[in-house]
Amino acid sequence: MGWLLNFFTSSIGRKIIMSLTGIFLILFLTVHLIGNLQLLIDDEGKAFNIYSDFMGNNTLIQIISKGNFFFIILHTIQGILLYFKNKSAKGSKYAVSPKNKTTWASKNMALLGTLVLAFILMHLGHFFYQFKFNAAAQAMASYDGVQIIDSYARVVEVLTDPIWLACYLLGLAVLAFHLSHGFGSAFQSLGLNHKKYTPIINFVGKAYSILIPLGFAIIPLYLFFTK
Amino acid sequence: MSGDINLTLKVWRQAGPKAKGKLESYKVVANEHMSFLEMLDVLNEQLISEKQEPITFEHDCREGICGSCSMVINGQPHGPQTGTTACQLHMRHYKDGETIVVEPFRATAFPVLKDLSVDRSAFDRVIQAGGYVSVNTGQAVDGNSIPIEKDLSLKAFDSATCIGCGACVAACPNGSAMLFTSAKVSHLGLLPQGKVEGVSRVKGMVAQMDKEGFGMCSNIGACEAECPKEISIDNIARMNREYTGAMLGSE
Ligand code: HEM
Ligand code: SF4
Ligand code: FES
Repeated sequence: MGWLLNFFTSSIGRKIIMSLTGIFLILFLTVHLIGNLQLLIDDEGKAFNIYSDFMGNNTLIQIISKGNFFFIILHTIQGILLYFKNKSAKGSKYAVSPKNKTTWASKNMALLGTLVLAFILMHLGHFFYQFKFNAAAQAMASYDGVQIIDSYARVVEVLTDPIWLACYLLGLAVLAFHLSHGFGSAFQSLGLNHKKYTPIINFVGKAYSILIPLGFAIIPLYLFFTK
Repeated sequence: MSGDINLTLKVWRQAGPKAKGKLESYKVVANEHMSFLEMLDVLNEQLISEKQEPITFEHDCREGICGSCSMVINGQPHGPQTGTTACQLHMRHYKDGETIVVEPFRATAFPVLKDLSVDRSAFDRVIQAGGYVSVNTGQAVDGNSIPIEKDLSLKAFDSATCIGCGACVAACPNGSAMLFTSAKVSHLGLLPQGKVEGVSRVKGMVAQMDKEGFGMCSNIGACEAECPKEISIDNIARMNREYTGAMLGSE
């Protein structure tokens, strides 16, 4: 197994880890958004609550959820290690900062990633922690005589607070920047580069990095202005 | 003289590898027909006549093919002109009264030796780790005996134009040598003669590149923007593919 360790500790192998975990998180974000769009349904949260209950209790979903936590941790640790290694490989800076056509996001992925991490932690505190470890404090909803956690009530409680609303919108903006470079970059790291497909990948990446955070942002804005 | 321009130069002066360096200001009158290096020659003549230490900078061919000249001009390796080495940059691009800051290439794997000269022997060791094709001695083979697809030979040639100057490392905020290494891996690996040693080449060169302490690629693209030979980062993706295949697929 030495060869596998050699691969994943090489400069290219470490970037492969970043890209694979990043792509997993991109897929997760897509599914997460589709589920959350149920918050826009005008049914006092019934669809969303039933969905949340299912997600919280289904074994397969729970295994994927553990994997998701693991990949976030792996992506974060590797990203921070890369940052420090790259900083020391550069050594000193130039007196005149170079002007060339590179993007700001590409040069600040670690800063953006750290802010995304802060956002994720805040988000987990608001919902994951509440539902898993503080369920007793949660309101319950009853559908057809079955009692489940009223996740919807908690979502509305948090997102109608103007301060939390601002934090969520800010977090999503940071995520948009992280993705604006990350999406296309992940394919390049994997060596998936092609004259015909790279322009398409980069276009989809730009669209994804705008549309997904925008989709997420619509939810708190809708709840804030209607509830 | 017609075409003369008065310039203020701020040049990085560092007495030796361990010495602390700093930017020093000089006044120089250059002519717009001079190359950037000729302008530095004029400044050096001036310094010598004033009994001062001339500025150390590297140069050899002065026609953009050897890759010796290495300096960062106003934050850009090889200066502002795309696809041009410092030795081929002409002073007509500068205006009278301008201030130009000249610094050495900066990367931990390229330590400063003196002033603008840095130690780029790390690149030599990366090449030694696989940047070659083994051939038998004896009678020279017919150059056209192996058919090569035109498109492939063009791609290999594009990669082969890398002059090993190190501007990619200098431009990269991570001090990464991926553009250089990938250009060499592609140049040889795309051709049938180089395919034979393809697996050991990419493994060896990447391992050496890592050992030299170069950074990792964040796909920023500064290297491609500053490369005087306009080597494309497509080469980096190709090397990542080859390396992954070689590490995971080979026996
Ligand atoms: C939903 C969350 C996240 C997603 C979808 C995501 C996605 C991505 C993707 C796709 C890449 C490109 C990988 C590559 O260039 O090969 C990337 C790079 C990066 N991510 Fe994230 N990321 C997330 C969270 C984080 C967090 C929490 C950190 C914490 C520090 C982080 C730090 C980084 C860094 C430093 C890079 C750049 C690595 C490099 O190119 O040198 N990311 N991310
Ligand atoms: S890839 Fe370009 S910048 Fe890098 S060493 Fe080769 S010629 Fe110089
Ligand atoms: S001196 Fe040879 S490339 Fe500039």
